[in-house]
Amino acid sequence: MQPFTRITSRVVALLIDNIDTDQIIPARFLKTIHKEGLGQHLFADWRYDPDGRPKPDFPLNRPEARAAHILLVGDNFGCGSSREHAAWALTDFGFRAVISTSFADIFRNNALKNGLLPVVVDAATHRQIGAMVAADPSTVLTLDLAEQSLTLPDGQSVRFPIDAFNQRCLLEGLDELGYLLKQAPLIEAYEAAHPARVDTRMMEE
Amino acid sequence: MTSTPRTLFDKIWDDHVVVAEADSPAVLYIDLHLIHEVTSPQAFEGLRRRGLRVRRPHQTVATIDHSIPTTPPEVPIADPQAARQIAQIEVNCRAFGIPLHGIGSATRGIVHVIGPELGLTQPGMTIVCGDSHTSTHGAFGALAFGIGTSEVEHVLATQCLLQRKPRTCQVFIAGYLRKGVTAKDLILGLIAQIGSGGGTGYVFEYAGPAIRALSMEERMTVCNMSIEAGARAGMIAPDDTTFEYLADRPYAPKGAAWDAALQRWRALPSDPEARFDHTITLDATRLEPMITYGTNPAMAIPITGSVPDPADVPDLGERQAREKALRYMGLRPGQPLLGHPVDVVFIGSCTNGRLSDLRQAAHMLRGRRVKAGVRVLVVPGSQSVKRAAEAEGLDRIFREAGAEWRESGCSMCIAMNGDQLQPGQYAVSTSNRNFEGRQGPGGRTFLASPLTAAAAAITGVVTDPRTLLE
Repeated sequence: MQPFTRITSRVVALLIDNIDTDQIIPARFLKTIHKEGLGQHLFADWRYDPDGRPKPDFPLNRPEARAAHILLVGDNFGCGSSREHAAWALTDFGFRAVISTSFADIFRNNALKNGLLPVVVDAATHRQIGAMVAADPSTVLTLDLAEQSLTLPDGQSVRFPIDAFNQRCLLEGLDELGYLLKQAPLIEAYEAAHPARVDTRMMEE
Repeated sequence: MTSTPRTLFDKIWDDHVVVAEADSPAVLYIDLHLIHEVTSPQAFEGLRRRGLRVRRPHQTVATIDHSIPTTPPEVPIADPQAARQIAQIEVNCRAFGIPLHGIGSATRGIVHVIGPELGLTQPGMTIVCGDSHTSTHGAFGALAFGIGTSEVEHVLATQCLLQRKPRTCQVFIAGYLRKGVTAKDLILGLIAQIGSGGGTGYVFEYAGPAIRALSMEERMTVCNMSIEAGARAGMIAPDDTTFEYLADRPYAPKGAAWDAALQRWRALPSDPEARFDHTITLDATRLEPMITYGTNPAMAIPITGSVPDPADVPDLGERQAREKALRYMGLRPGQPLLGHPVDVVFIGSCTNGRLSDLRQAAHMLRGRRVKAGVRVLVVPGSQSVKRAAEAEGLDRIFREAGAEWRESGCSMCIAMNGDQLQPGQYAVSTSNRNFEGRQGPGGRTFLASPLTAAAAAITGVVTDPRTLLE
């Protein structure tokens, strides 16, 4: 996993509440058996017209979105399906962080496992950033994960919460599976004390 | 163990902690891992890259449901990408020794339908799947939740997950459902009340007389849509209804093992003094058949109601979401939904694709005709449901009414397999999500119960099912 330490970037704003993972990556793109290449389909049904041409007024299609690594979205982002393809599509497009007032649980977990930082801010800060980006699309924010700080262009800084374990994994680019594999002796001990509650092997038909 | 009163959730959590939560999240043991073709290939790719095996292949079970066509089995899969994805899970299951209820299997079906009907889903278990509707299995008093593909890989490799302990919320449903009002209406009514993020961070435990009175299949409908309120999981304490359902299922314990299991299961319900972090109450007697008008399941109203005016919503983000939803749906504030034309009716999915759902729809359609110009798809939740329905002649009722009777799968709930709406079409659907484009790009979904869906099939417009029940 790519480590996340500090980024300074422009912001793309999609200020809609309850953006579900079917919008982030529609289901017809889930027939792939790989993680790569999903960025081209990110927000496909909002971003392209039915003939596949980019809609010029959609925020991701504006020139200032090109080099943006931060996405600003409405409340309860990533609700719905558990598809990790949503996180893969966002990172493949180039996003490193998403700012919202809240995230759906499964999306947040998926984002953290892919080096995509979910940043939760209060409603007032969210409104303020939204207004700044609307007034000046070249507005640049800085996210510092070690400091848990979001810094606005005027130098104002707000602190955002993050689980200490997730913070360490992101800062060092560690993946959770490596950590879990090290628990093998304890997992073996658990299994020795708790016989399997089910055996899924096929029955005689 | 302390004598502190514990909830159903607490008991299952405590029983599965391998490493307790501290600076790091808890390591939680998973009893049963369900996999399907869409969210597993990248996890197996990860195992291969790291040279790992599947730790517990016989606590893992696979099926094919999302991208599989619902056309007759002898028809080849037309979509090469779907065919490749299906071939991949066959390869992966063979290579890693995982039992697969695959193409041609009499036990294939939607992952959340076959787990319970095979008796794999049991009280007190931890169950995960790379699918958000895994909450369905909570109906048995299991802790069951959806995970992403990275976590699928974690469970394949270690049979464990890293988890922070979620908060608990008791959802108390007072009173009883009235005639024509179903489990689907109950859960849509709840989601409309608390919003699509109202359960975020919580595990729901449904309780109260209305819940106790539900059959297992109805309980599954309720727990299935917990995720549509953002809840991590939804659970119902096991009782005699649960045990009667499970007895003699193929993978349920037998003989002395059954007796021992029953003793463990009877100790699972929340202790009387157990404390929840939060409580929500809903009065079942006040519920009417529900229908959605917007683009998330919380945008739902009683079927006799009218489309709410976004201008009445104080919160800006929510107001804009509702305005956008009405534009997408082609609806106006204040407009009633009764009488709104319908192009397609979809009866199926892990929410409402079980035998009792099909019986309800068939009861409505018996001796009646589908309105000319309306396409009606009836898609059983599994091949077992299909056989059981055919054994009682439900397929004939559907066919004679003019509906399509198809093979099992997720079908038009997620529209990955060719079963989909055309742009602009309206559907009454018994599935779980009315998101933009969910049932096909540009398609517009009204979520409702199987009774309401069948009523719309007959009249060709949104109809209060109570007007057609004798």
